[in-house]
Amino acid sequence: MESGKTKRSGTVIFSAYERGAAIKKALSLSRNDILFELKNSGLKGRGGAGFPTATKWMLTAAAVSDKKYLICNADEGEPGTFKDRVLLIEYPELVFDAMVVGGYTIGADEGIVYLRGEYEYLIDSLNDYLEEMRKDNLLGENILGKNGFNFDIKIFLGEGAYVCGEETALIESLEGQRGEARNRPPYPVNTGYLGKPTCVNNVETLATISHIIVKGSEWYKQFGSDKSKGTKLFSISGDCERPGVYELEWGTKISEVLELVGAKDAKAVQVGGASGICLNSSQFDRTLAYEDIPTGGSIIIFNKSRNMLKVLKNFMEFFVEESCGQCTPCRIGNVKLLEGIKMIEENKFTFKQINKLKELAETMKIASKCGLGQSSPNPFLSILENFKDEIFNHSGGGSYA
Amino acid sequence: MFVEEKTGLIEEIDKLVAKYGNTRSSLLPILHEIQKKYRYISDFAQQEIAKRLKIHPVEVYSVISFYSFLNSEPKGRNLVRICKSIVCDMKGKDAIVKALERELGIKIGETTPDKKITLEYLNCMGLCDHAPAMAINDRVYTDLTPEKAVELVNNIK
Ligand SMILES: Cc1cc2nc3c(=O)[nH]c(=O)nc-3n(C[C@H](O)[C@H](O)[C@H](O)COP(=O)(O)O)c2cc1C
Ligand code: SF4
Ligand code: FES
Repeated sequence: MESGKTKRSGTVIFSAYERGAAIKKALSLSRNDILFELKNSGLKGRGGAGFPTATKWMLTAAAVSDKKYLICNADEGEPGTFKDRVLLIEYPELVFDAMVVGGYTIGADEGIVYLRGEYEYLIDSLNDYLEEMRKDNLLGENILGKNGFNFDIKIFLGEGAYVCGEETALIESLEGQRGEARNRPPYPVNTGYLGKPTCVNNVETLATISHIIVKGSEWYKQFGSDKSKGTKLFSISGDCERPGVYELEWGTKISEVLELVGAKDAKAVQVGGASGICLNSSQFDRTLAYEDIPTGGSIIIFNKSRNMLKVLKNFMEFFVEESCGQCTPCRIGNVKLLEGIKMIEENKFTFKQINKLKELAETMKIASKCGLGQSSPNPFLSILENFKDEIFNHSGGGSYA
Repeated sequence: MFVEEKTGLIEEIDKLVAKYGNTRSSLLPILHEIQKKYRYISDFAQQEIAKRLKIHPVEVYSVISFYSFLNSEPKGRNLVRICKSIVCDMKGKDAIVKALERELGIKIGETTPDKKITLEYLNCMGLCDHAPAMAINDRVYTDLTPEKAVELVNNIK
């Protein structure tokens, strides 16, 4: 696998940064100053849900407890997503420094990185890096001479369950349980790991925070669109000449992305991974932004040779396998949607049945307990809608009345 | 299981409990290390772990059955897993699986008769920019071709 730094360029995350800088700066500020900068930056969580980061930190900071935790969510299991891998390999300083800043701001003394089991090959270099930080007093007791500020980080390995990226399932997993999502409320910011206030942040969210702390929220806000401030990492793969991780400003058009990565023959773009939505070429002028297409950053490109029904089948097989089985809409619903796809494949369906399945998909979005079952119908609905000619002609089925 | 094996396993478990602590939160790290060393977590190991963490063995089994990387049945000494998610699928994972099946004389999901290799699928490994990808034990390999995959597997000791 890759090692060391690739030359990357980007305006925020991939801009220059000196190890420890965010910690140094943060310790010279008050907790309220830090929270203000974050709030002013408008930063939203990069793990997919897009919850305002400052609000999450404020709520955890405000919770009264003898013990709090800050968790870095490095479970990155969404098919088509690999930006967190690149950050952990090439920019660990951005991620870990922000965890220390977070510990200081919310009043936690323990940080945990929940690293997906598939990334076990990164664990030695990450642990070495943490050891370096301890040597330089960027971790440990009285960090950088700040009396009474203690913080350390440990890494916890996942065991191959996609749902454990969901923050309450992640916490269950940390507690040695099956990774089944919890009912909310209570929210982790009040009752999280071992019942203590816990702030869960995505790897990229943290990496962005390190830059905002050092360079300020006004600087950060000059990038992006009107309603979506700053930049975003995109994991781009599939049918293109230059797959990889790209830092782009919010507000970038799909067509611009295709141009950038050399996707010459694209007919479909899946935005947001398996649980995201699939666009056809008439939608390529739409923009990546919270006000248009919000996303955790996965972009998978399909060229004209691809069979979209087969693509959809691959996504639904994933969800059938990864559903934790705790609630009925998701456990049964995904199986039913997959059966429907097989029926279309074998040309043994009626449109009446397909319409029923679409209703089921809408119900799953509302009635499922966690984000997995709430979003797994997205590819089903968007692919059947945006590629109906291809799919229903391919199957030999009649017109789509 | 032979007596010596049991004693070895108990020593190992005691070491891990000392390292991670005897609380429930230590369960996954302990299971991880046992899984890694023995390639599965036997009934006996489950009972011994449960005893030390003061939980029912069924709780341990229930956790093992939830996570795809943990198993309670023995597998081959080496685990070869090919990504079957969308990007690797598009970039030729079928050809790789066919080549490996042919070379090893087993189907995906099976173990070679000499127990050397188990062939499995896994879901997206976060290497889609270098698809197709596979893992051999805890190392990963990318930008595969059928020939390259076969060579890697034939090089397993
Ligand atoms: C099924 C499922 C999987 C998820 N996987 C991840 C993940 O791998 N990484 C991540 O950061 N967030 C993931 N999330 C979102 C988390 O629940 C949570 O919103 C996020 O970690 C919060 O961090 P952020 O506010 O910095 O985005 C997932 C959510 C769901 C429903
Ligand atoms: S929606 Fe699916 S993954 Fe989430 S709790 Fe229900 S069954 Fe489990
Ligand atoms: S699809 Fe195979 S690594 Fe992501």
